[in-house]
Amino acid sequence: MHDEFIKLFELFIAASVINNFVFTRFLGLCIFFGVSKKMETAVGMSITFTSVMVVSAALSWILLTYIMIPLDLTFLKIVIFIGIVAAFVQASDTIMRKISPGLYYKLGIYLALISTNCIIIAVPLIMTTEKYNFIESLVFALGSGIGFAISLTIMASIREKLELADVPRPFRGMPIAWITTALIALAFTGFSGLITM
Amino acid sequence: MNHLQQEKVSYWGLIKNGIFKENTIFRLVISLCPSIAVTNSVRNGFLLGVAVLFVQTMVNSTVALLRNFIHPRIRLPIFMLIISGWVTVVDLLMQAYARAAYKEMGLYIEIIVAFASILARAEMFASKNKVGAAFFDGLGSGLGFLVALVLISFFRELLGRGSLWGFQIVHTKPMLIMLMPTGGFLVVGLLMGFFNWIDINFYGGKGAGGAGGH
Repeated sequence: MHDEFIKLFELFIAASVINNFVFTRFLGLCIFFGVSKKMETAVGMSITFTSVMVVSAALSWILLTYIMIPLDLTFLKIVIFIGIVAAFVQASDTIMRKISPGLYYKLGIYLALISTNCIIIAVPLIMTTEKYNFIESLVFALGSGIGFAISLTIMASIREKLELADVPRPFRGMPIAWITTALIALAFTGFSGLITM
Repeated sequence: MNHLQQEKVSYWGLIKNGIFKENTIFRLVISLCPSIAVTNSVRNGFLLGVAVLFVQTMVNSTVALLRNFIHPRIRLPIFMLIISGWVTVVDLLMQAYARAAYKEMGLYIEIIVAFASILARAEMFASKNKVGAAFFDGLGSGLGFLVALVLISFFRELLGRGSLWGFQIVHTKPMLIMLMPTGGFLVVGLLMGFFNWIDINFYGGKGAGGAGGH
């Protein structure tokens, strides 16, 4: 029991920091650069993102283990996973609007953005290749979500300061954001080798 | 005759538009994930570029072909289905015929399904135009992506390994940092800045770095 817990903890750390989606796997960059201009949106996005990720990972795992593998349908995984994510996002959009309009007003726009995001679809795909069990899949999804939240928060706080800096004209906006990310990524390489799986 | 010629010009215009004016990576700043993930060698960058080019062209043609049968209210799920179908085709083809490359970048081939640029071209162009125009629009947009990937990987492989397409060219000590994630972000940032500089100084543009989005 104790060993198992340590293993899960290692998986969590590996997913959130060492194999951070933005800085070492380069996924979700579009959203990363799109919503990291302000701290408030970054936080809202992180919350929505992590919860959608965990639930869609659970749904995909159940579908994969009990339907796709027994019926030998794994070659359709891309079609099925994107369907799950899109359906789930659409459903939670509708449910949230009915049950809690306040929350919908705050987080609704992020939900719409999520459905075509690469991280959300990458989590079930990686999970399939690595053959995680149910608990491991959940921990992996949670770790990835927290890792994304960390990187988004770091970036948003830097970019708020960057607004005030005197950047050369051709580099204003996107280019300087990319170069900043390069430096953060350099810092994150320091985490590699922290845990050997 | 006149009519034909006019059509040819507009096809060429569509391709040019995709490569320069609306270049996916440097101008629109969307679908960025693979621009760093696979560009540590020219060969991988080129292969992924070809895969995207194929998917984009086929999706555009399919959507344009079926545009009169798709009900507007459920068009997005249908587009997603068409895209994921064609991505599966590429995925299986690469697994069969390019195993070594697939092992390195299989995940990123599957990720093509979530590319905003493909969905955007289908939604904004292919669903409103004839098959021919949609085909060339997809070709242009895909080529723009291919050119961007090859350009980025050219700098990264040359500086990071001193080679191009696996052939050793320069025999100095390589800059290992270019092969690391950092190098990718840095090269894309500098190239974007360079294109903005050209735009500002020679074309009098504002040098918009794109709004960012998916």
